[in-house]
Amino acid sequence: MKILVGYKRVVDYNVRIQVKPDGTGVVTDGVKLSANPFDDIALEEALRLREKGVAEEVIVVGIGPADLTAHLRNGLAMGANRAIHVQTADAVSPLTAARTFLKLVETEQPGLVILGKQAIDDDANQTGQMLAALWDRPQATFASKVEIADGKATVTREVDAGLETIEADLPAVITTDLRLNEPRFIKLPDIMKAKSKPIDVIELGSLGVDAADHIKTTHFAAPPKRSKGVMVNDAAELVAALKQKGLL
Amino acid sequence: MSKILVIAEHLGGKLNAATARAASAAAAVKPEAIDVIVLSDAPDAIAAEAAKIDGVSKVLTVARAENAHALAAILAPQVAKAAAGYTHVFAPSTTFGKDLAPRVAALLGVSQVSDVMTVEGPHSFKRPIYAGNAIVTVEVDAASTVVATIRTASWPAAASTGNAPVEALALDVALPSHTRFVNLQQGKSDRPDLQGAAKVVSGGRGVGSKENFEVIYRFADKIGAGVGASRAAVDAGYVPNEMQVGQTGKIIAPELYIAVGISGAIQHLTGIKDAGTIVAINKDGEAPIFEIADIGLVGDLFKILPELEAALG
Repeated sequence: MKILVGYKRVVDYNVRIQVKPDGTGVVTDGVKLSANPFDDIALEEALRLREKGVAEEVIVVGIGPADLTAHLRNGLAMGANRAIHVQTADAVSPLTAARTFLKLVETEQPGLVILGKQAIDDDANQTGQMLAALWDRPQATFASKVEIADGKATVTREVDAGLETIEADLPAVITTDLRLNEPRFIKLPDIMKAKSKPIDVIELGSLGVDAADHIKTTHFAAPPKRSKGVMVNDAAELVAALKQKGLL
Repeated sequence: MSKILVIAEHLGGKLNAATARAASAAAAVKPEAIDVIVLSDAPDAIAAEAAKIDGVSKVLTVARAENAHALAAILAPQVAKAAAGYTHVFAPSTTFGKDLAPRVAALLGVSQVSDVMTVEGPHSFKRPIYAGNAIVTVEVDAASTVVATIRTASWPAAASTGNAPVEALALDVALPSHTRFVNLQQGKSDRPDLQGAAKVVSGGRGVGSKENFEVIYRFADKIGAGVGASRAAVDAGYVPNEMQVGQTGKIIAPELYIAVGISGAIQHLTGIKDAGTIVAINKDGEAPIFEIADIGLVGDLFKILPELEAALG
């Protein structure tokens, strides 16, 4: 089977982002961009399933501006067979992303779609669930273990109460949690090889996706700062400080 | 006027307190009605608890054998059908709500507002992005149903002195059989629930081992606190994943948060920023945790924690 993997480009997780003083956005010019960490985990899982013989082909999908192609090459260097770049200059909502994936699902007919559980920029945690709903297929979110056999996925999910295991008929949508795997590093020869792997570029407008966004972001602000703290010298002082605040 | 449907979260026949927090956010919209929907195989006891939540107009129960486990693929079509006539659908921003609400939103053809921190108006909300390093104001088109998850750390639980009527709701919805529950492995703990605890003690990589985590548990028990952990401590296998606090774990707002042996990565800080008082105990005086701590103590946790216990008598 084929596996489609969502591969979003986001501000690197180590960057301390700055909100623009006029409240129109966050500063992204000259800031390091990387693969969304959960998407690297998604790609790693797809590659492992291919290595186990469960899948034949792994396709990375990115939605974004023209220069996203270079980012998709990283996914190819990590081991994906090919890439699909859905090109759009506009930021897309999770619903638009899900509708776009649905179009690709219809043409590619994958057995599995693996997405990250959330992107670390918008922290929405929606796209995988929305795709599963629109596709009318199972979803297994926050996956920390995936086993595929007999046309079914058995997935362990990280939920608030502990670890839940569910069984889902394929095709299905899986979203990855942090502990699913440790993504591999890209090796130099693989970067060279990735240059000859195919990238299909499709204009979002040509897919017939309704890209209307009924949620508008009107203002960005820095979070309120906590007031400066104090240092204490030993356990006794700490206990005294907490007792003074009525906390112990 | 707004009419809000709040999706009740429950487990083992008991209502989760996150539901009453979502009800507080619903009340902030100043709606004409707040109805709570309980989907379960046996909803009566849960519905009785939900009926007590202040501000709730009525509780709707959907009793079906398929609702025995909270599978989003099973619940979403029922919630989407029940949502007719409501202007808003709210769920807590727990793993339950995060799994279910976007599936409902997609069925209704709308995007979702994730992690609502404040309600600015019936269609205007504030939510965090970039691990809480920016707060955005979002406006939802007034003609669309608002589907939102509620950041539980931002809202107090509504009091439970109410007495709303309970009504059984019959929904004619065909349910899929493609997704099935297998089992749930729950960490056993008689400590206060992490997301509801007034005090939380968390350990990080500095604790060093699973065995050493006993000192964290012992101190937490001494002060009646819940126990959390950083990602590093979970990844190292010191504690189970459901104890992780941070951007991708639990977001909590206890009155007192004591971080022990935690350096304070951005992703951890986003989980505790709304805590009342943050205490950091770390041997590295340069650790970023001290930038947001209200009270800091530099030193060896293995020396300090026993001293704290002794000082408490």
